[in-house]
Amino acid sequence: MREIKADLHVHTCLSPCAEPEMVPTAIIDQAMRTGLDIIGICDHNSAENVGAVLEAGRRKDFPVIPGMELTSREEVHVLGLFRDEEGLSALQKLVYANLPGENDPELFGQQTIVDEHDEVIGSTTKLLIGATGFSLEETVHVIHEAGGLAIAAHIDRERFGLVGQLGLVPEGLEVDAMEVSPYAELEGWPDYTVVTFSDAHVLRDVGRSSTSFLVEEASLEEIGKALRNEDGRGIVAAGGG
Amino acid sequence: MKLAEVVSELDLKVRTARGELERAVGGGYASDLMSDVIANGAKGDLWVTLQIHQNIVAVASLTELAGIVLVNGREPEDATAERAESENIPIMVSALPAFDVIGRLYELGITGGTSPDADQDERT
Repeated sequence: MREIKADLHVHTCLSPCAEPEMVPTAIIDQAMRTGLDIIGICDHNSAENVGAVLEAGRRKDFPVIPGMELTSREEVHVLGLFRDEEGLSALQKLVYANLPGENDPELFGQQTIVDEHDEVIGSTTKLLIGATGFSLEETVHVIHEAGGLAIAAHIDRERFGLVGQLGLVPEGLEVDAMEVSPYAELEGWPDYTVVTFSDAHVLRDVGRSSTSFLVEEASLEEIGKALRNEDGRGIVAAGGG
Repeated sequence: MKLAEVVSELDLKVRTARGELERAVGGGYASDLMSDVIANGAKGDLWVTLQIHQNIVAVASLTELAGIVLVNGREPEDATAERAESENIPIMVSALPAFDVIGRLYELGITGGTSPDADQDERT
C-alpha cells in the first residue's frame, strides 16, 4: 500500500470560467511540480478535453482520472469520476441531450477544445455554464448508472454548492463523498466521507487543496475503496497545500 | 391575511395540504437559495421560489413558513408533493413569473422583512 496525493477537481480551458493557460501539458507539469500523484479532470458539463489530458499524462506516466462536473437543475454541482473514458462518454451524450442553450463566448468565456499537444482544435457551442434538466438525485443516479463515483462539489460554497442551493443535505442522497473547498472546515459532516480538491481554474491553483489516499495503486477503483474505507484503504490526509 | 384569500386573489393552484389554508400569512420572502431562506425567512412568511426539489419542504418546516408559491407554472417533484402532504406544508402554483407574483402579493399588503410602518420610520 502507498499514499497518493490526489487533486481530482481540475478544470481545463474548455470550462468558460477557466483561464486559457489550462491546457493539457501545462496542467500535467504543474501537477507533477506541486507533488501530486494523480489528478482528475472535471469541466462543467463536458468531457471534451479529458482525452487530451489523459494522453498528455500518459506521456509523462502521470495518472489522470476522467471526469465531469455536472450541474443539476437546482444548480448544485456534482463531480462524476470514471475508471475510463467509456462510461464518461455515455454520460456526455446524456448530459448534452439535457443541457439547453448556446454559449456566447463574449459573455461567458471561451470553451476551447485542445489536443494532447495543447493545439486548439475547436470549441463547443453548448452552454456549459447552464444547468442540466436533471434533479440532484437524478444527477447522482446518471453518474452511477454510467459507472462513475459521484461527489457533491464544494458543498460549503454558497453558489453552486449543495448546502447553499438546497439548505441542507437531502435525506437518502447516495453520493460517494462530499467535497469541501480549499481551507474549509472538514468537520461537521458526520454521515459522509469528506474530501477536498482545488477546483482549479488557473494553473497556480492546481494542488492548492488535495486529499491523500492510502491505496494499492493510483486508480479510480482504489480511490473508491478508500472513500468506503474498504480492505484497509482509506483517507490519510486532506487539506491545503 | 389568510392563505385561502391569497389563493383566491392570485388564482393559485393548490397542490398540497389543502386543509391548511386557514393559516395566517405574516409576510413574504423570495429566494431560490435555500440556505438564504433558512437564514432570512421568518415564521409565517409565504415563500416565493422556482425550486421544486423536496428540500423546499424541509426548509418550510424548519422555518415554519405559511406556505410555498411556485412560479412560472412549475410543479413540485413527486417526492416534494408527497413530503409536503405528510408535513402539512401548502404548496401552490402560479402561472406568473416571480416578479408579478411578488408584485401582486405586495398589493395585497403582504410585505417582506419590515412592515410598511417600519419602512416609513427608516425614511424619516
